[in-house]
Amino acid sequence: MIKTDALIIGAGPTGLFTAHQLNIIGLKCEVVDNLDKIGGQCIELYPDKPIYDIPAVPECTGEELTKNLINQLKPFDVKFHLNERVEEVKNEKGQWQVKTNNGTIFSTPNVIIAGGVGSFEPRKFTPKECEQYEGKSIFYSIKDKNIFKDKTVSIFGGGDSALDWAVELSTNSNVNLIHRRDEFRGAKSTLNKVYELEKEGKINLFTKYQLKNPKGNGKLDSIDIQHENKEIKNLKTDFILGFFGLIMQLGPIANWGLNLNKKTIEVDTEKFETNQKGIYAVGDICSYPGKLKLILSGFHEGALAARACFKLARPNEKYRFEFTTSSSSILKRLGKKSD
Amino acid sequence: MPKITYIENNGKSHTVEVDKGLTVMEGAVQNNIPGIDADCGGSMACATCHVYVKEEWYNKINEKSEGEDDMLDQAYDPNKFSRLSCQISVTDEIDGLVVDLPKKQ
Repeated sequence: MIKTDALIIGAGPTGLFTAHQLNIIGLKCEVVDNLDKIGGQCIELYPDKPIYDIPAVPECTGEELTKNLINQLKPFDVKFHLNERVEEVKNEKGQWQVKTNNGTIFSTPNVIIAGGVGSFEPRKFTPKECEQYEGKSIFYSIKDKNIFKDKTVSIFGGGDSALDWAVELSTNSNVNLIHRRDEFRGAKSTLNKVYELEKEGKINLFTKYQLKNPKGNGKLDSIDIQHENKEIKNLKTDFILGFFGLIMQLGPIANWGLNLNKKTIEVDTEKFETNQKGIYAVGDICSYPGKLKLILSGFHEGALAARACFKLARPNEKYRFEFTTSSSSILKRLGKKSD
Repeated sequence: MPKITYIENNGKSHTVEVDKGLTVMEGAVQNNIPGIDADCGGSMACATCHVYVKEEWYNKINEKSEGEDDMLDQAYDPNKFSRLSCQISVTDEIDGLVVDLPKKQ
């Protein structure tokens, strides 16, 4: 079990600056994120898109902003738990115990939800029948590619993941690649490779087709795919892989007993605390009258939530407001010499 | 002001007036029409403002933006009338536009 002063859920810009604010006032924190990298939406959705409304930064991309926020955390020891999603929360004698899908357990008086529009999850197939095969013969990511050896694998999607896996698996498996239109958005070189393999008969390509339904009696046996013009084809298959990108879901947090407003969490504007004492929400995921979904608002909200954490993390100490320009204790935390 | 009709997947229809210069997505969000999430806020970085444009309107609206089809690949149950509503501009010419909303985003 990991004990910390505050647990931050979400490593996007708001989560990162909140970690900075906690450390500035002398609190330790840990950060959990479901993605495999730091940066949240800025990295996952628009790494190359310029942002023009960060104060004092006339223009920067999502990636640059993330890099700068990570640099700003350098003086501090902030532990990141990536590829982990928070699942459960419960109150144990005034401390929050938060458990992740990997079984990590945090014990902390303060939980700050900086989850953006939720955690990124793979987009799934439309037909309801797919659920019963999920994790057995239908996958949205690959953990062990050896299970596909000498089997027929039907891959759906038009991006890099679909193309890369089609190429990779074609060495040892019979591969069907199915996409809803003629154009692919993956890398040109990989696409050329796919066309080459198609000529050699190592990949069967079906464009303008989508999955209609999986067939089988408990065990997947074949799939019906449907053309844009409604024509249906049946393909024998052992496995189905879907690569349709990621969608954001509030996930298990929706069941934490917090007051929700659509996909956002209601907070007060003094501490950005939810209806549960010691659980805060900051950034795009919080709502209050006048809420602006801007990164700069997340910074403000995180700074205030961090101060609110102090009281619960250090019940016997008094929080004293100090400036980074003049406080010797802050300068010490930053590893700088004071005058 | 141009009128736009959004039909939810359950058949419920909403006709609202939307300012010229906005997008069909903004028209839905500003009028609290359920069924359009617009998680990324209109930067064409997600696919949660997906709509099906009625066939008779499909060729009358502005063409797809570069990269829009790439995002639509990731939408829930796309078809050949699929568009991202954040990429459809509201003009006088599309007064009366009707879009169907998918079962989910």
